[in-house]
Amino acid sequence: MTQLLVGTKKGLFVLEGDAGGPFAITSRAFAGEPVEFATRDGRNGRYLACVTSAFYGPKIFYTDDLSAEWQQAAGLELPEDAEKPLERLWTIVPAEDDDHLFAGGAPGVLFESHDAGASWELNKAFWEQPTRPDWSPGAGGMCMHSIATWPGDPKRIALAISAVGVWLTEDGGQSWRHGNKGLYPRYMPEEAREDTIDLCVHNMHRAPTQPERLFIQFHGGVYRSDDAGETWTSIADGLPSDFGFPMVIDPGDPDSAYVIPLVADLDRTTPEGKVRVYETRDAGASWTARGDGLPSEDAYLTILRQAFCGEGSGPSLELYFGATSGDVFGSGDAGKSWFTAAANLPPVHSVRAA
Amino acid sequence: MPVVRLRAPLSELAGGKRELELDGATVAEVLKALEREHPDVRGWILDEHGAIREHINVFVNREYGQEDTSVSPADQLHVIPAISGG
Repeated sequence: MTQLLVGTKKGLFVLEGDAGGPFAITSRAFAGEPVEFATRDGRNGRYLACVTSAFYGPKIFYTDDLSAEWQQAAGLELPEDAEKPLERLWTIVPAEDDDHLFAGGAPGVLFESHDAGASWELNKAFWEQPTRPDWSPGAGGMCMHSIATWPGDPKRIALAISAVGVWLTEDGGQSWRHGNKGLYPRYMPEEAREDTIDLCVHNMHRAPTQPERLFIQFHGGVYRSDDAGETWTSIADGLPSDFGFPMVIDPGDPDSAYVIPLVADLDRTTPEGKVRVYETRDAGASWTARGDGLPSEDAYLTILRQAFCGEGSGPSLELYFGATSGDVFGSGDAGKSWFTAAANLPPVHSVRAA
Repeated sequence: MPVVRLRAPLSELAGGKRELELDGATVAEVLKALEREHPDVRGWILDEHGAIREHINVFVNREYGQEDTSVSPADQLHVIPAISGG
């Protein structure tokens, strides 16, 4: 059985079921509140959720038991020199060392926890980047949405921010530098594209078995890096559109990636009224449409950046994604066939297998 | 002392109390006193910079209050989420 944590505009829904059939809602938390992201730390079983109340501000909550009360984490604050308070929390990612977690948020901030998520501290080196006054947010805010750790090496981390590009560290976050070479922002004037740091990365993932390889879904572009994020190569040929938000990789296959193309930045819906996931197994040299079982007529869905996940690997890789329509779709065979896991939920912000 | 009236979920964070007497000469001072007495409230009404969150209204008796609005011992402060959202 698979457990899904579905963060929605109106709370967290926990779904349970087997790949191939509908899932049941087994619990709900934070009713009425936007849940941007929820995950389970596989090392200790702890559930963590990013909740951004329109009234009471962004918080992280955690629990070790879904039937028990969620606890509010401490320390998620910006320093006094910040122009604005913390706006939103977008992701939580386990680090490579025990009980160490990262959380990314807006405005372009990284938090770390060394007690399994109960308390957090701002990463000061990233906060104090000298170019920060020149940073620009994307439409969803200046969100740090992707944190790619390096298996076995806690010092090497890559971050991605909309719209401040890719950042790299080799000293565990004490110093940071850009990793943007090759990213091509068509939304900027041509003469400004070369040197800009206004780079709107929508999602980034590292291949765990070949960690120098990373994939990016960009704001108009899909890219691969084979040198740990130093340089990027377009791999968008063969896709119906290079615009989209989420991305998933098969953790057992460094040549794999899955994207869900949308028409364009001015029409963020599935192309031609068909919902299709596109898969590459040759590192982006070619793409295959995967839509068997997905809506194929009059279906204009929007899938947000955290609303696509995988579980397992290989031919039985499970894939799940949710749309702002409130539908959640799944595949138990690495995308070859799909089923409807849930429908009629509030707009889906995030999907993660627990 | 001024009286602060809270609704859920804030009242739950304040130990289940919907009405509290708290010291202070301004709205900010009274709300800081609330945070000191009930630390779980910290960050929910005032942000980390001491500003009233954008979508929270604090009424002093019948009038909208700001952080620096004066408060007298006979006043009542109502903390109410704004009529907003979707």
